[in-house]
Amino acid sequence: MRRMNRLFLAALIGAASLHACAADVIVSAAASLSNSFNDIGKLYEAKHPGDKIVANFAASDVLLKQIEQGAPADVFASADEQTMDRAAQSNAIDKSTRKDFAANTLVLIVGANAKPPAKLDDIAGGDYTHIAIGNPDSVPAGRYAKEALMSAKLWDKIQPQIVPAQNVRQALDYVARGEAQAGFVYATDAETQKDKVHVAMTVPTSTPVRYPIAVTAKSQHAAAAKAFVDFVNSAEGQAVLKKYGFSAP
Amino acid sequence: MLSDAIVPLLLTLKVASLATLLASIVGIALGKLLGRRRTFTRDVAESLLTLPLVLPPTVLGYYLLVVLGQNGVIGTWLTSWFGISLIFTWQGAVVAAAVAAFPLILRAARASFSDVDAQLENAARSLGASETEVFFRVTLPLAWRGILAGALLAFARAMGEFGATLMVAGSLPGRTQTLSLAIYDAVMAGDDARAASMVIISLITAVVLLIVAAQLLQRRRHA
Repeated sequence: MRRMNRLFLAALIGAASLHACAADVIVSAAASLSNSFNDIGKLYEAKHPGDKIVANFAASDVLLKQIEQGAPADVFASADEQTMDRAAQSNAIDKSTRKDFAANTLVLIVGANAKPPAKLDDIAGGDYTHIAIGNPDSVPAGRYAKEALMSAKLWDKIQPQIVPAQNVRQALDYVARGEAQAGFVYATDAETQKDKVHVAMTVPTSTPVRYPIAVTAKSQHAAAAKAFVDFVNSAEGQAVLKKYGFSAP
Repeated sequence: MLSDAIVPLLLTLKVASLATLLASIVGIALGKLLGRRRTFTRDVAESLLTLPLVLPPTVLGYYLLVVLGQNGVIGTWLTSWFGISLIFTWQGAVVAAAVAAFPLILRAARASFSDVDAQLENAARSLGASETEVFFRVTLPLAWRGILAGALLAFARAMGEFGATLMVAGSLPGRTQTLSLAIYDAVMAGDDARAASMVIISLITAVVLLIVAAQLLQRRRHA
């Protein structure tokens, strides 16, 4: 009986100490990174037994807002430099860990059965009653799209057609379901639903679409967070990103 | 600053009022249909009809989007027969809010109908009243207070509707962006001042409505 107790105690201490060195790394990443970061997270966990990657996907601005308000995120990956710049300004991130890790392109998508517009100007009026775009006030993909549409002098013209989405994946979903006839998303997003949406054209952006990543300033697991950031930048992490259509920064 | 809140406030009141009206008609009808006798099948039916209240609003929104959308059962039918689509319209917001709120009226209506003295209804029948007359002239007037209380809760629920509305009607400023959606957007865009002014507006609206409701219920009691 006593032996049993001792065994039990040993097991308990073992479990407790294992728990102590294990870290739950909370990764707040842009919605467009969801598939690739889920994969990278699994690969990282396999290499670092004990560490657990908890991913939190939303529009970059929303994530920054949460971090600034004290959300216990350890890693922040945004879909544009602008949001990361703001994070740096408000001291939400450890600036020394900031690094661009991927690049992307903005595309105009239409439903799989829809006729794609020949040129960007064709989306004004006509059959495109609803055009889904990330809300430019809080979604980087929406800002890139707004920028491109403004330089094409289309932004004001298509106002009545615009359906603002909460993040880029919602814009994708609206087009995939056929509720919106066209939408602006990243090339990598379009790739995840290629049976339901068609890429009509690549939309040139004046600001290149680049993804920065950094460890947050208040991370409780800074070492593990740094290890994850390094892993994203490693050959293995980059291979996953490439598989999902991201290019090198 | 406050003018930012007027458009979403008026839209919210319009959507919530129509949703409550729609939910009341369906809720009262179904409450009557389920009847006062509690049987196992009827209880199961009531439970199923209460689901919109229990399900997370986003799940409800997802189902509504699938059913009412371009390829949905009802969506296809609406488009081919009437040429209308509810997605991204304020009418869609009304449907979302009505579905979310109607179980509150159904529950209140069924309970209130059960509390009506059956002898009074039978007395009316013995005097030659038809079933429709009995319902509108005896049962409904006697059950009215309980139903009104349920309708008030439904209105409150419809005013605050967020998840299902966002998925079905989207968040189109000036068109489908109700107060709760506008506040969320303002917070996400970091515009705390605009969010705060709209929060104050919605607080005032809620308090005024609750006071009006209390007065209304009080008067009914004394009448």
